[in-house]
Amino acid sequence: MLPRLGAAASRVTIALTVNGKPVSADVEARTTILDFLRDRLGLTGIKKGCNEGACGTCTLLIDGQRMNGCLALAVQCDGRDLTTIEGLADGDRLHPVQEAFIRCDAFQCGYCTPGQILSAVACIDEGHAGSEAEVREWMSGNICRCAAYPQITAAVLESTARMER
Amino acid sequence: MRDFAYALAERVEDAFAANGGDVFAIAGGTELLNWMRLGIAAPATLVDIGRLDSLRTIRRTGDMLEIGALATLNEVGQHAAVREHARALSQACLAAASPQIRNRATIGGNLLQKTRCAYFRAEAPLPWGCNKREPGSGCAARDGLNERHAIFGWTDQCVATMPSDPAVALAALDAEVELHGPGSIRRLPVRDLHLCQEEAAALAGDRADAAATVETRLTPGEIIVRYLVPVTSARSAYVKVRERASYEYALVSAAVTIAVEGNRIARASIMLGSVAQKPWPLSTETIIGLPPERAALLPALRQCLADARPLEHNRYKVAMAAGAAMRALVEAGDLA
Repeated sequence: MLPRLGAAASRVTIALTVNGKPVSADVEARTTILDFLRDRLGLTGIKKGCNEGACGTCTLLIDGQRMNGCLALAVQCDGRDLTTIEGLADGDRLHPVQEAFIRCDAFQCGYCTPGQILSAVACIDEGHAGSEAEVREWMSGNICRCAAYPQITAAVLESTARMER
Repeated sequence: MRDFAYALAERVEDAFAANGGDVFAIAGGTELLNWMRLGIAAPATLVDIGRLDSLRTIRRTGDMLEIGALATLNEVGQHAAVREHARALSQACLAAASPQIRNRATIGGNLLQKTRCAYFRAEAPLPWGCNKREPGSGCAARDGLNERHAIFGWTDQCVATMPSDPAVALAALDAEVELHGPGSIRRLPVRDLHLCQEEAAALAGDRADAAATVETRLTPGEIIVRYLVPVTSARSAYVKVRERASYEYALVSAAVTIAVEGNRIARASIMLGSVAQKPWPLSTETIIGLPPERAALLPALRQCLADARPLEHNRYKVAMAAGAAMRALVEAGDLA
């Protein structure tokens, strides 16, 4: 139960689901979900790039919607269902989008890749992966400084086609 | 980020505790968290209004489109009724930020975002003057790197622009904003919500030093609850000019509505974005009766911008604003 007005608190207890597992923890109210996942849960797949919403490398799914982990407080995720890159594969079987990124050589240094893949999963799920132009527009929130954009676009389009079959 | 206390709002009235001083309201948080990182705001308490689902509604009621303040930019931009009756608003929402930011950012918070001026958006303590951050310290942009700054309505105390895309579209569509506060409910035209620096200076009176910090007509404790957009037969469009094709703030933008009769413009409204600290209205007198075509419109629109006051590095915005308005009018005219 989150504190109500009149009982505002700088430490709060949150309960949420992360990659299918229930988690509860005491956190400082100022902790972002990005820092909570990395520093408290050890889920270092989610990356901290700009920490101001300009790069997208901290993209995760909150209740199935892609969002920037640096722009959400952990306390705002109380009761939510979160997915990070660690929760995408089914055991040793990679998610189709992960497979497509490997096949299409859609990364170089790899730092932006977890965010790119989660963004791509949501982009396809939203129905925004119908053409190259649409993918480029709806994947614009994930910056790749190695500039693997043509391969990333190809991977999104290829996995869309495979997932529709 | 400095420590703060958190409380979850259970009803709209809980948000009235947010006085803009030691208590702030948080919804999506995509803007506020960055203010807190930079020291632009350092609230002792945050009231989380993000779960007040009654403020998320988007619906058409009679001749009005009602858009709740907590609807996200993606929800507004992709809503069928918004696409049909307020096309410019849909375009403006979907041209803002990135897909993942639009999943969190709310249409209420979006209009209250602060300027992108780089002198303003720096980590405290600032090594230069900024009257918004430290009233009386000066404006480093006035004679500094001001290519992104205002060409209308500025004063020597502040030359910042207001960067919201949806604000420009809502103003052009003649929308109203509904504000709730302690003991008050009122509506304002969206075009009157923000203040340019000249208006803020006139309102500030003997607090002239603090004029740069006055950016809207909101009073402490007031929150944006919803927008009301009139449904009319006019067509609308939003054109955003920027240095990247996506995920970038506007250099200049234009939102227009237009009604065409017999290939002549019968009625129109034009609002410019990122040229002032508010959506800036352009007179449409001289374009009434013209065909909605590039060759006819561009000279007339350039004339409408003759009273612009560009700074040392942003004269390009004058021609660009005329071009953006022309493109939006042609695009909306083609729909008619």
